[in-house]
Amino acid sequence: MRFFRRSKTFDHGIYPIEHKELTADKPIRRMPFAPELVIPLSQHKGKPAEPLVRVGQEVVRGEPIARADGFVSVPMHAPATGVVRAIGLAPSAEGPKVQAIYLKVYHAASQQVLYDMERDPERMAPDEIIAAVQESGLVGLGGGAFPSHVKMKPPAGRVIETLLVNGCECEPYLTCDHRIMLEHTDALIRGIRMALRATGAKRAIIGVEDNKLDAVAHLRARIPRHLPITAEAVRTKYPQGAEKMLIKSLLGLEVPAGGLTSDVGVAVFNVGTLAQIGDLLPKSRGLIERVVTVSGPAVANPGNFMVPIGTPLRFLLEQVGLRGEPGEVILGGPMMGMAVSSLDVPVTKAVSGVVALEPENPDLARRKVHPCIKCGECLNACPISLNPSMLGELALAREYGIMAEQFHLDQCFECGCCAYVCPSNIPLTQYFRIAKSLNRDKG
Amino acid sequence: MAKGIEIRTSPHLKRVMSVERIMRTVVLALLPICAFAVYQFGLSALLLLLTTTGVSILTEWFFSRRSGQGNTVSNWSVVITGLLLGLTLPPGFPLWMAAVAAFVGVGLGKSLFGGLGYNVMNPALVGRAFVQAAFPVAITTWTPAFAPGRFGELIPSTLTLPFMQPIPVDAWVAGLNMDAWTGATPLAIQKFQHIETPIADVFSGMVAGSAGETSAILILICGLWLAWQKMLDIRIPLSVLAGAVMVALPLWLMDSATYPSPWFVLCSGGLMLAAWFMASDMVASPVTARGAILYGLFIGALTVVIRLFGGLSEGVMYAVLLGNAVGPLISSWTQPRVYGVTRKSADKRDAA
Repeated sequence: MRFFRRSKTFDHGIYPIEHKELTADKPIRRMPFAPELVIPLSQHKGKPAEPLVRVGQEVVRGEPIARADGFVSVPMHAPATGVVRAIGLAPSAEGPKVQAIYLKVYHAASQQVLYDMERDPERMAPDEIIAAVQESGLVGLGGGAFPSHVKMKPPAGRVIETLLVNGCECEPYLTCDHRIMLEHTDALIRGIRMALRATGAKRAIIGVEDNKLDAVAHLRARIPRHLPITAEAVRTKYPQGAEKMLIKSLLGLEVPAGGLTSDVGVAVFNVGTLAQIGDLLPKSRGLIERVVTVSGPAVANPGNFMVPIGTPLRFLLEQVGLRGEPGEVILGGPMMGMAVSSLDVPVTKAVSGVVALEPENPDLARRKVHPCIKCGECLNACPISLNPSMLGELALAREYGIMAEQFHLDQCFECGCCAYVCPSNIPLTQYFRIAKSLNRDKG
Repeated sequence: MAKGIEIRTSPHLKRVMSVERIMRTVVLALLPICAFAVYQFGLSALLLLLTTTGVSILTEWFFSRRSGQGNTVSNWSVVITGLLLGLTLPPGFPLWMAAVAAFVGVGLGKSLFGGLGYNVMNPALVGRAFVQAAFPVAITTWTPAFAPGRFGELIPSTLTLPFMQPIPVDAWVAGLNMDAWTGATPLAIQKFQHIETPIADVFSGMVAGSAGETSAILILICGLWLAWQKMLDIRIPLSVLAGAVMVALPLWLMDSATYPSPWFVLCSGGLMLAAWFMASDMVASPVTARGAILYGLFIGALTVVIRLFGGLSEGVMYAVLLGNAVGPLISSWTQPRVYGVTRKSADKRDAA
């Protein structure tokens, strides 16, 4: 039967083992408050937020503690009722330490969000919705962390016709979006309606990988008939959830090189982001928690959790229990996520998952890197049809300029497919990351 | 956290696949063909295969140690070269000449370029091309398949002393009392006498020829298995065969008395082995999808042109070597179109 109704998809890509069965049927549970939360001021793309609080100041859960600095920036809200212990440097997943607010949580407090105000989003003008989205501190919760309100306002001369709602969740292990579609369905639909109004888009399509057909059926049953919202299954294939790939799969369009999704009249939002919009906007609240999948072979009790922003990974992993020493602890999924160097790194707005792998098999660690044997697997894997084999040879020859000028290096979004399939174990993705950053430095 | 957590860059997952595994699987796919060659030609074919493989391994070991790469024999690729080389030689080929072929093939064709991944041409065919030029008589001396007593005695030429001309085999062959033995391969019979050997015989391998080139059906099965294992780009063998048919079919339709039928072209000589196991050599073939097809068609067409219009009765070796030579050019012509890049946007960027 599958053969006759194949789901829509894009060219190339890979099929890694999903491991989603570990958490796919685990309902979202609330994670307790850690004794101390660490809230970095830059959890988004753009300018860091400016703190509004002093050391020693008491804050109430939901209260703004930092404000946006300009349009491409978002504010922060207190994830818990407590007192500001310090404002200083904190470790980050990326490496360099970042400015953060340390919040000591009052454990006897009720932790009720009192900082809100009811309003009717149906009566808000598009610009008011966009401003409200910025006030709520929302960013792309799928991992992009790009401020959501910016995507709702396309550059002058561009019109958004179609709103794509990204429920693909193509990374192995992650199931938080799956659970959100099943458990926060009404908030999601509310969020889609607001985003439709804000962007002026005529229709919305929810793209879901066909390993979550229960979510597709559930959404179809719950979407009111008069709304221009449809749910469609797309092939379960990595990286289906990348914006460019989803646009190709569902609409057959390609975002021009160096362009924006609005160039083809599309805006893409993650289901988690829209569910939060649907939840927060009617109450004028800010983003203080998010759904995180905690999974991986080193985790004793994997699951999906509503985690307060700023919860240190150490606390999170203590709550789920570890099976012995973990190897890598990855923020996000294992294909594109980042391994942290310290468990003091907190959960930030963009963290969709925490995946703890077992210590690497020493045999695998000694895996030899062979020269490229031109097998062509990477060309068959690259979702944007680059020639990673050639790019890899050029990187070894340090021809970074040629990589960009003749072989479209700038189009690479580091999905990792080429390095995943390479039988010679060449770290192609890492080569390309380095080449891109060197090209950037050169200007 | 006593040991501390590990840090690597993404992707943190890796497919279970390695160069060693690909090469081992290709060797496995070649083994039935080798076994059939030994069954067909006896002890001489066995010694021939052991010699080419052994010398290839020694050559790789020697050069890789000297070049400071460490021991690269363990990646198995040189075993493929050795087996393929043995399969392309006549079964009674003097062993010392086979050793020369293996040394030249691996040394000149592979190690001098930098070893695995850097060879421009298929090393086995480089070795064979060298001995084709150096020992023209020995490489065209064929002996009958299924000779009686082939497991007990060697073809006399096999044990020729080094640097000596091969021992003539005519008297030995005459002593076998094989009916209808002409001392030529089906290809040569077709080319010079315009007599086609029955398809069933060339298809199943009941004829004379190089050690491993004779059973088309067996090669086909092994090649298909390898493609099914996803360790062979099936576009290449299919387009080689298609290229051969594209040239052979019109000629046969025009003049079926002079030109062989496409079936005969496909099943005879080394075309099958070359299409599935040599042209498809990953390192020396184009890496792009469209390039692989162009490259295959080129080799297939050229093989038939050399066979029918050249001085040699078999042309697949030079066709593959030429295909290898133009491979990089074909690759650069057939770069894939990158997502979001249209001709217009590329022009605009070049102008800027």
